[in-house]
Amino acid sequence: MSAHISRRDFAASLGVGLGGIVVAFTLAPKLSLSQQPAALPGSLNGNRMLDAWIRVAADGGVTVCTGKVELGQGIVTALAQIAAEELDLPLARLHMISGDTEKTPNEGVTSGSQSIENGGVALRLAGAEVRAILVDLAAKRLGVEASGLAVADGVISAVDGRKLTYGELARDVDLHREVTAKAKPKSPSVHRIVGKSIARFDIPAKVTGGTAYVQDLRLPGMLHGRVVRPPNYGAKLESIDEAKIKAMPGVVAVVRDGSFLGVIAEREERAIRASEALRQSAKWTAGPPLPDQATFYDHLLSLPDDPHVISEKQAALPDGAKVIEATYRKPYMCHGSIGPSCAVAQFADGKMTVWTHSQGVFPLRGNLAMALKLPADRIHCIHAEGSGCYGHNGADDVALDAALLARGAPGGRPVRLQWMRGDEFAWEPFGPAMVMKAKAALGADGRIVDWNYDVWTNTHSTRPDPGGNNLLASWYLNEPQKPAPPGILPQPAGGGDRNAVPLYDFPRQRVVHHFIKQMPLRVSALRTLGAYANVFAMESFLDELALAAGTDPVAFRLAHLKDPRARAVIEAVAKKASWKPGEKAGGGKGRGIGFAKYKNLATYVAVIADVEVDAANGKVSVPRVWAAADSGLIINPDGLANQIEGGIIQSTSWTLHEEVKFDRNGIKSRDWLTYPILTVPEAPKVEVELINRPDERPLGSGEGSQGPAVAAIANAFAAATGKRMRELPLSPERVRAVLQG
Amino acid sequence: MAVSLKVNGATYSVPAEPDTPLLYVLRNDLALNGAKFGCGLAQCGACTVLVDGKPVRSCVTQIGSLGQSEVTTLEGLGMVDKPHPLQQAFIEEQAVQCGYCINGMIMSAKALLDQNPRPTEAQVRDGLAGNLCRCGTHGRIIRAVLKTSQANGRI
Repeated sequence: MSAHISRRDFAASLGVGLGGIVVAFTLAPKLSLSQQPAALPGSLNGNRMLDAWIRVAADGGVTVCTGKVELGQGIVTALAQIAAEELDLPLARLHMISGDTEKTPNEGVTSGSQSIENGGVALRLAGAEVRAILVDLAAKRLGVEASGLAVADGVISAVDGRKLTYGELARDVDLHREVTAKAKPKSPSVHRIVGKSIARFDIPAKVTGGTAYVQDLRLPGMLHGRVVRPPNYGAKLESIDEAKIKAMPGVVAVVRDGSFLGVIAEREERAIRASEALRQSAKWTAGPPLPDQATFYDHLLSLPDDPHVISEKQAALPDGAKVIEATYRKPYMCHGSIGPSCAVAQFADGKMTVWTHSQGVFPLRGNLAMALKLPADRIHCIHAEGSGCYGHNGADDVALDAALLARGAPGGRPVRLQWMRGDEFAWEPFGPAMVMKAKAALGADGRIVDWNYDVWTNTHSTRPDPGGNNLLASWYLNEPQKPAPPGILPQPAGGGDRNAVPLYDFPRQRVVHHFIKQMPLRVSALRTLGAYANVFAMESFLDELALAAGTDPVAFRLAHLKDPRARAVIEAVAKKASWKPGEKAGGGKGRGIGFAKYKNLATYVAVIADVEVDAANGKVSVPRVWAAADSGLIINPDGLANQIEGGIIQSTSWTLHEEVKFDRNGIKSRDWLTYPILTVPEAPKVEVELINRPDERPLGSGEGSQGPAVAAIANAFAAATGKRMRELPLSPERVRAVLQG
Repeated sequence: MAVSLKVNGATYSVPAEPDTPLLYVLRNDLALNGAKFGCGLAQCGACTVLVDGKPVRSCVTQIGSLGQSEVTTLEGLGMVDKPHPLQQAFIEEQAVQCGYCINGMIMSAKALLDQNPRPTEAQVRDGLAGNLCRCGTHGRIIRAVLKTSQANGRI
C-alpha cells in the first residue's frame, strides 16, 4: 500500500484533511509503533517516498514535485535549480508541479522563509538519491564501477564512450521506495546551476498577459460569483429580498447559508451589480462593538495575558548602572495584496475541486472538508498563483466562499470568485497590533549590563488548522463552526515573540512574551510575524542606549556581538554606505542602522537607511537604503537580492504609512485612500550586498530584511531630528506631534 | 445588447451593456489576461490599458464610451515569443515579484515613453506614481523603464 493512499484513508476516517501540524501522521499507516522510522531531513520527514518528489519518464524528462508554492518570491525556480543541480539535468528538462493535494508532497504551508531550508533540502537529497540510483543501474548494465561513470545533462557515460540516458534507464527504475537520504549531495565547489542568477520561469507570462494567476483561469461554462459580507464582525443576517436579486438580468443563483451570502451570475459585472443590490437589500443585526482606536494600546494591555519567560540569564547587577526605559507600539497592518483574493471552484460528481492561491493546499483542504462536510478525499485543492500575499490574507477564505457558491451552481458549473477591494481590506486577518516595553542598564564602561524586554500581542497565526475551522465563512454558516483556539508558535522561531530574544551578548537578560488570547480584530500571519515590531523596538532601544553611552551605533552593536556572521553583515553594510562613526547628523537629515538574524535562525541582514524629515509638514522620506545579507549558500543571487530589496521597500511602506483604521462600528480602512501605501516616487533606492557562504547551509531569506529596515529608518529619523519615534507608523501627524512635543 | 469595440487592432462585438467596465470585457469576453482587477476604484493602476495611446483605468471605463477609440492592452505590445522592448527589459531586469501590478507598470511606462522617449529617473517615477506595487519591486521597475528608454528608437 502506498503512503499516498494510506494517508487518504487516514484523512477520510477522520472526516477531515490533514493540516501541517499533523504531518507526523502521514508516517503512521501500516507501521507499528516499534517500527517508527528515523527522522529524515526537512520535508522528507513527512513525505518519505522518493517518487513523491521525483519521477523519471522514458523520454528522459523529469517531473519534480514540491509542496511549496510560488507566491512571487521565485521559489519554484530556486527549487528547480536545486533539483536540476543534483540530477545533472538542464533546467528545461524539469517539469515542476507544486501545491496539489493529489500530486505533490504535503509540505504544510509555504511560509516563514522555510521553503529553501525544508523543501530545498528535501529536493537536494532526493535529487542526489535518484541520480545515484540511476548511476548504479547504469553501472550494472555497462558492467563497470559506478565511480567510473560521468553524468551530464541526463546522460551517463563510461570511460570507453558507452552511454545510457536517464530515459533509457527509467523503465527499470522503481522510485517508489523510501528515501534513505544517504546519497551525498554535490559539493558546492562543483555547482553549475545552484548559485547562478537563473531567470525566473514565471516572469515571461506575467509581463505579456499569459495565463499566470488563478484570476486568469477560464473553465468551460464558468460562472462568476461575488459574496456580500456583513457590515462588521459577528453581524447576523436577518433578511434579504432574494426574489428581487434572482430576477436581476444574468443572475443564476443567490446562495445563502445562515449569514453567508453570495450571488452567481453568467457575467462578472452582473455578479458585481447583483452583489451590490444584495448588500442594499440585506438587513443585519449589528455585531459586538470594536474597541476605541484612540485608546487601543491601553485596551490591549488591559486584556488578560499569559506571560511566558522565553529567555533568562542571571548575573550580578553592578552598582550605579544607568537605567533606561522605553515603550514602543506597532498598529494592526494589512497584507494589502494588489489583487484581491480569488478562487475557482467546481462541485461535480460529489467532488469539490478548488483552484486556490492558498499558501497551504493541504491544511486548506482540511478546513474545507470540515465546512463542506465532505471527506478530504472528495476535495482536490490545486495551487494557482495569486497576487502576492505576504502571509495569511484572504486566499484561504475565498476558497471556501467559492466552494460554497460552486455547491449552489447548477449543473456542476465552475464558479470564479474574486473578492472586491473592500472585502479584502475589511475581512483579511491583519498583522496584530503589538506593544513592546524595554528596560536596560548601562554599566560604567558604557556596556549593557541588564536587558529586560516584554512584548504583548495576539497569536500570529490563525491559518487553516485541524483544531477548528479557521475559514471566515464557516463562522457565519447556519450551523456555525468554531475557529481553532489561538496558539503560541514556539520559540526559537516564535510568533509574536519572533526575534524578541536578542542575538546580542548581554550578561543578564529577561524576555517575556505576554500572549493575549482575546483578539479584538481578526489577526493572523503577516510577513515576519512579530519580528518586524520586535526588531523595530530592540534596535531602536539599542540606539537609545548607544546615545546614552556616547557610543557610535555601529561600534555599540559590534561591542555586544560575538557571532562572526552577524558582525560581518554589519561591517559590510557600514562599509558599503560609507558609515562614518560619530558623523554629525541633524537639520532634518540622518542615517541609521538596523540588524537582525531573522528568527535568530535564518538570514543575517544589516540595513543602513538615509532619512529626510520635513519638519513643516511632518513628511518622512527615505531616499537611500543599503543592505548586506548572509543567507549561507546562495541558490539564486538575483532572486535573493530581489527578496531583500522587496522586503526593504515593503518595510518602508509599513513604517511610513501603514495602520489599519477602525472605530466602534467596524474597519474603516477599505481602499487605498483609507489605507495608503508607498508610491513609486517615494520608493528608496536600494543597494544590496550578498555574502555567499558556500560551505554553510542555505538560510531562509524572504522575510529577512523587514525588521532591520524599520529599525534603520527609525534610527535615522532620530539622528535627523534628535527625537525618537516609538510608535509606528511615522505618519506626518504623528511626526509633527513628536517634533513639537 | 451588443457593443462593438476595437482592441489591439481588431474589432469585436461583445454581448454586454454599454455601461460595462472595459476590464471585464477584456478579461472575460476577449480572454485577455493583461489588465487585472485590483480595486475597481481607479486607485491602484493594475487594470491600466491605453485608449488612443493614453493610459486609462479599464475598471472604470465604460465600453459604451469608447466609440471608435483604439484600445491597446499588454498583449497588444508583444507576446512571449516576440516581446516589446519594455516587456523584454522587465524580463532582463527580473523586475517582477508577484507581478500583479506589472501590467499597469508597463502600460503606464509605454504611455510615458511615447510622450517622452528619454525621461529622467524622476520623470519615470512620476509617470508611475498612480501605479501601486506591493512587493517592493519599485527599483527594478524603474530600472527596466530607464533601460528601455536608453535603447530608444525601438519603441
